Amino acid sequence: MNVIVELEKPLLELESKIEGLKRLNETQRVDFSVEIRALEAKANQLKAEIFGNLTPWQRVHLARHPRRPLALDYITALDGFTELHGDRTFRDDPAIVAGFAYLSGMPVYVLGEQKGRDTKENLYRNFGMPHPEGYRKAQRIMKLAEKFRRPLLTFVDTPGAYPGIGAEERGQSQAIAACLQLLAGLRTPIVVNVTGEGGSGGALGIALGDHIIMLQHAWYSVASPEAAASILWSDATKADEAAKRLRLTSEELSEFGIIDEVVAEPLGGAHHDTQDVIRRILDADKRAVRRLMRLPTDELIDRRYEKYRKIGAHTELLHGRAAR
Amino acid sequence: MAPTPNWLRRRGARPEAASDALWDICPHCNERLYKKDLAELLWVCPKCGHNFRISALDRISLLADGDFREVAEDLMTGDPLQWTDRVSYVTKTAGDRTKSGLMEAILTGFCAIDGVAVGLGVMDFAFRGGTMGSVVGEKVTLLIEECGRRRLPAVVVCASGGARMEEGMVALMQMAKTSAAVARFAELGLPFITVLTDPTTGGVSASYGFQADVIIAESGAAIGFAGRRVIDQTIRQKLPDGFQSSEFLLEHGQVDMVVRRADLKPTLGRVLRFFAARLAAVPA
Repeated sequence: MNVIVELEKPLLELESKIEGLKRLNETQRVDFSVEIRALEAKANQLKAEIFGNLTPWQRVHLARHPRRPLALDYITALDGFTELHGDRTFRDDPAIVAGFAYLSGMPVYVLGEQKGRDTKENLYRNFGMPHPEGYRKAQRIMKLAEKFRRPLLTFVDTPGAYPGIGAEERGQSQAIAACLQLLAGLRTPIVVNVTGEGGSGGALGIALGDHIIMLQHAWYSVASPEAAASILWSDATKADEAAKRLRLTSEELSEFGIIDEVVAEPLGGAHHDTQDVIRRILDADKRAVRRLMRLPTDELIDRRYEKYRKIGAHTELLHGRAAR
Repeated sequence: MAPTPNWLRRRGARPEAASDALWDICPHCNERLYKKDLAELLWVCPKCGHNFRISALDRISLLADGDFREVAEDLMTGDPLQWTDRVSYVTKTAGDRTKSGLMEAILTGFCAIDGVAVGLGVMDFAFRGGTMGSVVGEKVTLLIEECGRRRLPAVVVCASGGARMEEGMVALMQMAKTSAAVARFAELGLPFITVLTDPTTGGVSASYGFQADVIIAESGAAIGFAGRRVIDQTIRQKLPDGFQSSEFLLEHGQVDMVVRRADLKPTLGRVLRFFAARLAAVPA
């Protein structure tokens, strides 16, 4: 059960009441404008109360909201998206979509982790949890981007790479490891958008890049709050506690220097104004791509190396001992 | 048992044994084993062949010819998340240092293996389950970078539960950092070899563990992306026999070879001699 869906129920009721009054206002002679204004003020107040101060755990649920924009919503908002399928070895993994498109006229390659909107779609997309063949399809697209010198855009939204028998048999570790190695040295700009769930290594597999953008209420973590809670306290119901400690919000990850840019969401989350959020993300992508395209390739790769090289929290004790 | 090598003596304090019992029980076949014999047997159960998990120091003693010159030995982790669960991260790592006698979950340095000069990293499961946080990521990266400068092959013996949760995303990013180091190293045309030992999972297997030119699995190790428990909970069906074992991985084409502990050093020597032969021709 999604806690945000529960929280926003009274708001949705109020909003549909306002819609009803507005319709009456247009069709009837009676003037409801005073009532409408009063209800709108109430709705705004309610919205601010519900969403003004969300806990990390509530924000995790916002990132999982059934109406949140998914990877394909962003990708199909690009011009002329053409999907490319398959890893050429085993099968096509619907949890990762891949292809090419135009970003304001600029040719780009795109990758995204794709969830479903309903149960049927989610079964088809495996709830956005890729198998090794998904990461191998991703590698094909990465190589195309490099070969034809086009920027790569990725959209990250996965609970994690799939933990299953087939995934292990076909080398889930190797598939992600190879993505990371390829992305680290890829001789073309890479812009990453963390738009929903950033579930650990499964997210990172398509999230190593030059400019990392994160939607305000997306989460990105070394482990999902549920997994962390079951490891730490053998109790998955303590996920709200784990969500607090993992520092998985966009603000905290910006402070750590892991995220380069946060794109704001409307009050209540991305699903309250999907079109606006998509536009903001693609605008941010456009700015990043234009800036990165100006860099000589060697400098681009060096900067990418340094970006990750400096991430770490360690101190050197007892200076001089190392020299003996 | 061979006499204590100089590097080990110079290193000083060895960790206190968890118990001063004279006997160990094989976790696989329950055989009672005299501890002193176990070292002679390379910590392999003589009855069933089970490999006991061994410390990084013991592993280095098994692999290095003589001297092992440790580098970056003083790196100590910070506490980027100011993490506390049942106890604080600071308390946990202090306990790990006492228990393992190590500063962190990996030792890195330079030595010869069967006559071939290499940079060697060895992970230790006794320190936070061999998890990769800032220090492991930094030491692996430093080792690979230094191997690049010295034009030496790099060998990493893995034993890890994955990325270290208590360091959050800073730990996850060590996968990216080490991968970038491996990618650069590969461009220099230098050989990178990993030995996957029990257990190698998660963030380490999904980064440098599986990025090597040659991947050797020690026999009977558990190797995979997801932990067994997670898979169990997700799919709720019986896992096949030997699932995620070294032998299972060999059968599924994921590793180059499965090697018994006693054969590890000569095997590494053979591989290194072949791959490093062309390096010798390059002037220093």
